[in-house]
Amino acid sequence: MRFMVLVKASEDSEAGVMPTEEQLAEMGKFNEEMVKAGVMLAGEGLHPSSKGARVKFSGSERTITDGPFTETKELIAGFWLIQVKSREEAIEWIKRCPNPGPGESEIEIRQVFEAEDFGEELTPELREQEQRIRAQAEDNESS
Amino acid sequence: MTASDAHAAVEAVWRIESARLIAALARVVREVGLAEDLAQEALVAALEQWPESGVPDNPGAWLMATAKHRGIDRMRHATMAERKHEELGRELEIDRGEVQPDIDAAIDDHIGDDLLSLIFATCHPVLPTEARVALTLRMLGGLATKDIARAFLVPESTLAQRIVRAKKALAEADLPFEVPGPDELAERLSSVLEVIYLVFNEGYSATAGDDWMRPELVQDALRLGRILAELVPDEPEVHGLVALMEIQASRLRARTGPGGEPILLLDQERARWDWVLVNRGLKALDRADALGGEPGPYALQGRSPPAMRVRAGRRTPTGRASPRCTPRWRASPARRSSS
Repeated sequence: MRFMVLVKASEDSEAGVMPTEEQLAEMGKFNEEMVKAGVMLAGEGLHPSSKGARVKFSGSERTITDGPFTETKELIAGFWLIQVKSREEAIEWIKRCPNPGPGESEIEIRQVFEAEDFGEELTPELREQEQRIRAQAEDNESS
Repeated sequence: MTASDAHAAVEAVWRIESARLIAALARVVREVGLAEDLAQEALVAALEQWPESGVPDNPGAWLMATAKHRGIDRMRHATMAERKHEELGRELEIDRGEVQPDIDAAIDDHIGDDLLSLIFATCHPVLPTEARVALTLRMLGGLATKDIARAFLVPESTLAQRIVRAKKALAEADLPFEVPGPDELAERLSSVLEVIYLVFNEGYSATAGDDWMRPELVQDALRLGRILAELVPDEPEVHGLVALMEIQASRLRARTGPGGEPILLLDQERARWDWVLVNRGLKALDRADALGGEPGPYALQGRSPPAMRVRAGRRTPTGRASPRCTPRWRASPARRSSS
């Protein structure tokens, strides 16, 4: 399964403070470890929200708001896309990540939807079969 | 921490650490089968202790120290070749007692070569192909015997037997634990690539009704391929294989329709291709190209017409297939509700 790992913004990242050489080296080592383990599919750091914009939708209306945005803790400063076997494995990897900021930081781990989450691979026949089995199991339980 | 949480955490750590652990141990004990046994004993200890103690701060070092202690205990009880005994004793004594913080650093120094030696051992031509596949998935993929058995549709006992026999065969052949020299590297590497591609194809050929373990083999093979590509970055054919697998895998979800019927490449919705994998595949092809030389069979397949169609698709993602490029977020819920 795939996870999007979101590094939350901090006052520093929003102010455009670049990481120190030491932070860069540590993060580089961590990235390398994930690449060597065949886990990391992609990853990027993001400019502060002052360089971004928001498009708001209301019916057919589109409203553009330029950055920066104020709610720093809700913003994203970078991301990884990783391929792992379980949510626990994703957590275990991210526990090994160096602290992205100098003080408190937060990284959020979110599972990416995949084809099977939509049940598309279940053919009508298999779906019907599954429903039949479930119905039967319920019958068995109630009898 | 509940027992099942702890169990899941141990599994996750195992998946991350087991190959490195087995590889580092194999360098010390010079025997892959014994190294794996020791690593497994450390795993059992973790399963017993972590639910009580929690996952240690450095789980990899914990497993390594535990495995080494088990090794020493075994040495005391078993009669083994004196040479091995002395060597093991010397290396193991260093780590007696405390878990030392620099174990990781010591492992890191060798780990690339150790992992590579381990892959070459589990894919060694003295083993029958099916044994190479089983050993590689178990020791480098971190898969449990029961999962490999499920994925390959054989009884667990059969697979367990296969692994025991393979470990024994490796021990009897008394092979050096090393990366093959230039004279045999090409041949040995091709055996490794064959094993990885076999795993991939086993997963790729799985159909919708199969146990989820089977299609999961595609991911296991991709992971092994990506690991290998970083271990031997100068071998173009490794990148060729990775390219081929990434590009094939990118079409997994587009190759069948809602009724499970196959969809030919030219009729596939390109929006349903996995563009992350497409781009990774093309980058791997570029890496293979950049290294030059005659392209091998995998790199050639990676350049086959279907792959090139993917390449063309990258240049014009809104090209002639665009009318059918329905975004997934719009297509999928509708498909879901109609069923």
